[in-house]
Amino acid sequence: MADDSFRSETRVWLEAHCPAEMRVPMRSEKDACWGGRNWTFQSDAQRQWLEAMATRGWTVPDWPTDYGGGGLSPAESKVLKQEMAAIGARPPLTSFGISMLGPALLKFGSEAQKKTYLPQIARGEIRWCQGYSEPGAGSDLAGLQTKAEDRTDHFLVNGQKVWTSYADEADWIFSLVRTSTESKHKGISFLLFDMASPGVSTRPILLISGNSPFCETFFDDVKVPKDQLVGELNRGWDVAKYLLGHEREMISGMGLGGGGSLGSTIGPIDDPLLRAEIAAFDVDSLAFSAMSERFLDQLKAGEAHPAMPSMMKYAGTELNKRRHELVMAAGGSDALEWDSERSREGKTARDWLRTKANSIEGGTSEIQLNIVAKHILGLPGA
Amino acid sequence: MSLLTDDQKMLQDTAAQLLAKEGSIAKQLRHLRDTGCSDGFGTGLWKQFGELGLAGMCIPEAQGGMGLGATEAALVLEEIGRNLTPSPFLTTAVAAARALAGSAQAERWFPGMIAGETVAALAIDEGPRHAPELIAMRAERQGNGFVLNGAKQFVLHGASADVILVAARTAGSPSETDGLTLFAVPRGAAGLAVENVTLADASKAARLTFDKVALDGDAVVGEVDGGWAPLSRALDAGRAGAAAELVGVAAGAATMTLDYLKQRKQFGKMIGEFQALQHRAAHLFGEIEIARAAALKAAELLDAGDANAERMVSVAKAKAVAAAALAVQEGVQMHGGIGMTDEHDIGLYMKREAVLAELFGDARFHRARAAQLSGY
Repeated sequence: MADDSFRSETRVWLEAHCPAEMRVPMRSEKDACWGGRNWTFQSDAQRQWLEAMATRGWTVPDWPTDYGGGGLSPAESKVLKQEMAAIGARPPLTSFGISMLGPALLKFGSEAQKKTYLPQIARGEIRWCQGYSEPGAGSDLAGLQTKAEDRTDHFLVNGQKVWTSYADEADWIFSLVRTSTESKHKGISFLLFDMASPGVSTRPILLISGNSPFCETFFDDVKVPKDQLVGELNRGWDVAKYLLGHEREMISGMGLGGGGSLGSTIGPIDDPLLRAEIAAFDVDSLAFSAMSERFLDQLKAGEAHPAMPSMMKYAGTELNKRRHELVMAAGGSDALEWDSERSREGKTARDWLRTKANSIEGGTSEIQLNIVAKHILGLPGA
Repeated sequence: MSLLTDDQKMLQDTAAQLLAKEGSIAKQLRHLRDTGCSDGFGTGLWKQFGELGLAGMCIPEAQGGMGLGATEAALVLEEIGRNLTPSPFLTTAVAAARALAGSAQAERWFPGMIAGETVAALAIDEGPRHAPELIAMRAERQGNGFVLNGAKQFVLHGASADVILVAARTAGSPSETDGLTLFAVPRGAAGLAVENVTLADASKAARLTFDKVALDGDAVVGEVDGGWAPLSRALDAGRAGAAAELVGVAAGAATMTLDYLKQRKQFGKMIGEFQALQHRAAHLFGEIEIARAAALKAAELLDAGDANAERMVSVAKAKAVAAAALAVQEGVQMHGGIGMTDEHDIGLYMKREAVLAELFGDARFHRARAAQLSGY
């Protein structure tokens, strides 16, 4: 149990080190600090906040201190999170390195890989992207065809990835590649490589929201040093699945919205039918918040079923889509404006459209239900 | 921390074993129903609850109980729900115990409640839908005491109860929370007519008619005109408890249905191999998990005296009703024809769900209350 002294020390430290500007809620992902080689801080406050937290290892509070983490216990991490929430502190660093690659490296990486990559992630020095989906491998991810040939001193990678989030801004990629055609699942390997390597190119994809958070990524004779293979050759699917659990856990957090009641952010609602719909949504949303807290506690205590992230991802993303449908309904025709200054360039509508990807990215809702049916309920043939 | 302590896990195991063995559908619900038991619950099992300390678990230690909270009550109630065990535990050991705690009436009733010999009931509703703010029943002052006139319904275990906690108006008008007073009315009070009604799930709920029922001044629980406070305590505890019991009902129905999906064969394979059913079963699993988390969170906040406890109680009750309703409806549907027979137990889950859904406010009541407590 975290004692009260840790809480009070944390409170005092946060009070002293979290700049006022970093206590204002983020308006969108664009306000987040993503870090990386080419990162331009949006303000001095953003830079100071990252440096202060990274120095203490608190960008990744529960990672070991040897790898740039804070070495906190699960209970202490939770206290830190609660105290940050209490003052409205923004995350100092948002990164796929923290939420996805890091946990996979901690479990499957070699000591040298951990020492090399984890501290860079913790300090926000390298921005990572994820090379998973391909044009022919969506829900059937293990059907991927991007090929890595063994050329004795390196792998030669050729193929194409798609839906690579922020590939055009990322420094490195963690990618699934086919190293054997003898087995579908046991012919996949997990490689890390620099996006500046010769032969890597990206092309942003324009989405229905009018934004381009995803890219197509092309590999044309990319040379990847052998020591950048994570885990065993042809056993990358194990790494991939483990990492997907963390990705789903992260995506399920979208179900929390702001964490409170949607209706209370809208205020009095004259239309009784809309009020009833929002009230029904709020029940589901507040119940999901309780579930999310319980799930994270179970996860940290090692009591969560390995397929639970799938349940959470399904529930959280379906909830987030519903939230944005209701925000659109409450906004009426105001919410439909696309380019006016009044609407902040159509933020409401663009955010609404963005949520439609939630139940597709990281594995569709239908795939999550398959996983729950098979692995938790023990139903055959799913 | 939202995880259970070792002591809580031990209590959960004890309750699970006891209720699976002694509280099973065959031993209790069906037996009581088919033998026409007028209590609608097993007095022997209630006595056993007393011997094990469960009947008095929420009563303060200073008054002979175990001094446990809403979280521990929730653990027991989930097992009661899973086995559809007819029991006065929710009304007596949870809701009434919370209303009486700290009042002068506690000394009179707690020893019997702790022993599993006394049953307490709550008389709140006056119409078919729960609306405690609208209580109209009058209690007029007479000498040192009061005279009660009016009617109550949906008083669970009302005909078997040794004491009934009755909410009546001593001042103000319906829709005001001030001016209500809670009375402890002993069994057999002169002028009290009791109709013992059997509900759809074979439980017993009384309709009470008060015709000049005279009570001493010391029958008041808490303060005159200040009955909303003990009533709210009882309702919060009762609602959180009903949510937990509903989670148990949902889990029991879902387990039974999942077993059936793995047994029943059609088209030469288990029906659980069909994705049309798998996705619905997986969705249901998630809804029950979320409802359980909400019920435990509500209990945790109640135990902590948190300012958001009331809202979370309503969230939990509304969510548990929704999850349990889904579980029993999917349960009957996925069982097909056999699910429509009285011989099969799945239909019993549907009937218990309906009663618990209504008890202390249905999902609509609690959605509206949560919205109101959220400021809209």
